[in-house]
Amino acid sequence: MSLYGYSIKDLEKQLKKKDISASELTEMSLKHIQESDEDIQAFITVDEEGAKKQAAALDHVEESERQSLYAIPQAMKDNIVTKGLRTTAGSQLLKNFNDPLYHATVVEKLHQAQSVMIGKVNLDEFGMGSTTEKSSFHVTKNPWNLDYVPGGSSGGSAAAVASGQVMFSLGSDTGGSIRQPSAFCGVVGMKPTYGLVSRYGLVSFASSLDHIGPITQSVEDNARVLEVIAGSDPLDSTSAHVQVPLYSEGLKEDIRGLKVAVPEEYLGEGVSEEVRESVLNALQMLELLGVKWEKISVPHSSYAAAAYYMISSAEASTSLARFDGVRFGERAKDANTVEEMFKQSRSEGFGEEVKRRIMLGTFALSAGNVDDFFKKGQRVRTKIIEEFQTIFSQYDLVIGPTTPTAAYKIGEIVDPVTAYANDILTIPSNLAGLPSISVPCGFTDEGLPLGLQIIGKHFDEQTVYRVAYAYEQATNHHKKRPVMGGQ
Amino acid sequence: MAKITKEQVERIAGLAHLAVTEDEVAMYTEQLQSIVTFANQLSELNTDDVIPTTHVIHETNVMREDVPKQSITQEEALKNAPDKKDGYFKVPPILE
Repeated sequence: MSLYGYSIKDLEKQLKKKDISASELTEMSLKHIQESDEDIQAFITVDEEGAKKQAAALDHVEESERQSLYAIPQAMKDNIVTKGLRTTAGSQLLKNFNDPLYHATVVEKLHQAQSVMIGKVNLDEFGMGSTTEKSSFHVTKNPWNLDYVPGGSSGGSAAAVASGQVMFSLGSDTGGSIRQPSAFCGVVGMKPTYGLVSRYGLVSFASSLDHIGPITQSVEDNARVLEVIAGSDPLDSTSAHVQVPLYSEGLKEDIRGLKVAVPEEYLGEGVSEEVRESVLNALQMLELLGVKWEKISVPHSSYAAAAYYMISSAEASTSLARFDGVRFGERAKDANTVEEMFKQSRSEGFGEEVKRRIMLGTFALSAGNVDDFFKKGQRVRTKIIEEFQTIFSQYDLVIGPTTPTAAYKIGEIVDPVTAYANDILTIPSNLAGLPSISVPCGFTDEGLPLGLQIIGKHFDEQTVYRVAYAYEQATNHHKKRPVMGGQ
Repeated sequence: MAKITKEQVERIAGLAHLAVTEDEVAMYTEQLQSIVTFANQLSELNTDDVIPTTHVIHETNVMREDVPKQSITQEEALKNAPDKKDGYFKVPPILE
């Protein structure tokens, strides 16, 4: 039976009343995966045995000993390392990486909070893509219409939540990979402030841009998961030393008087009419709730995608240099020298998109090009950050669409430049490290979900959640649920 | 503007430790050209006095006590290795 339509709070009550046990809840999740995943293909690895074992241990935990996510079934994006459980990052190079040595910090924290990890979900290889079509395993389908992509790279994470296979999942977001699939699948996805959540155990793509965050059905569930996984970590020197508030307890605070900037570029050329309309409707609703909004201009935003692809590819080319067939991962057979072994292992193990990014990044860092491409990208990044600083000196939030259009059909986007340009609305938050959430804000005529993006100041997740919650409670978009189908 | 040649793509592949076929060289030459053309819009912006951003959150000098401790054992370190011998990672010849 699908877990869609429940909240963590509902389940908490049922568990408390003993209407359901940890094992029964895990069984529900596993059974629904069995029934639905042949269609959705969200999972790479279902850890049935491990999940049942975790749940059985939780069955005996006294009520007073229960932690905040007690018995809640969840799924982990497969670029987040899990001790003793296969971690592939969607790559053939790691297809037999069955016995990682440690848990990522987020996995450990979710374990401490007593959630039950059901398995590992699909992604574009190493997080490089926006559809899951670049996964070397399979393409995940959009639960709202199986002919469409779920978005990416955290497409498995979003589809697993949208189809009610698990209550929440974690994704990673380098240029939009949590928010875009959340918009495409009609769920809530949060990319927190850079450094708020430890990345120890996340397979690096681009370290100055990578983030981990939760994907859930509702804003409240999302806040509950983030408050568990956030916080400084001695194992990640880029994690920030800040106090983490209980976001879920501040959701209902008044939002009247908050000032919102709406960049006209985010509603301009390339943004579909349906998206524009749904965002303007959302702004009207927020106005009724007492928020003041104004259109502003962000002239540098049109350069964000180009800057991002230079920086992220350059960082990726160095991050992925570690995969050499020596310590772990696949090794090419029949190489005669170590040099040949490196080259063949990498060429056989990496997919086309990953090689394209490594080549692009190597180009952007090579002698003669580094100033014009990599460093130029970093300078433009500074300009974009300054633009946000000016806005946030006058406004509390920036609001716009999460994506220029609803989900694409599987196979629709083939040209890399077109694919890259579609990330234009999510990339600025990665470049500036700002907390950004996508919440459902309507549907296209065809019934595909659309997402509203709310961007806040550094470490002001609380205001982002408050506004997202007020909007969600005032609308019905999140109550509509996918009916699986397609041609 | 930078023109991407096949020779350049082959050189980049070598630097990145990737073996590429002739077809791949042709494909990547064309695609890198269009991406670089796309990226070339950055040159429109004057950034002469702008400091490049390497990191967005300014944490400075994260320090800790230098206390030695065991992280993983040799056995664990070798557990996922494709080839190993006598407690070492084993690779094909480094020198001919």
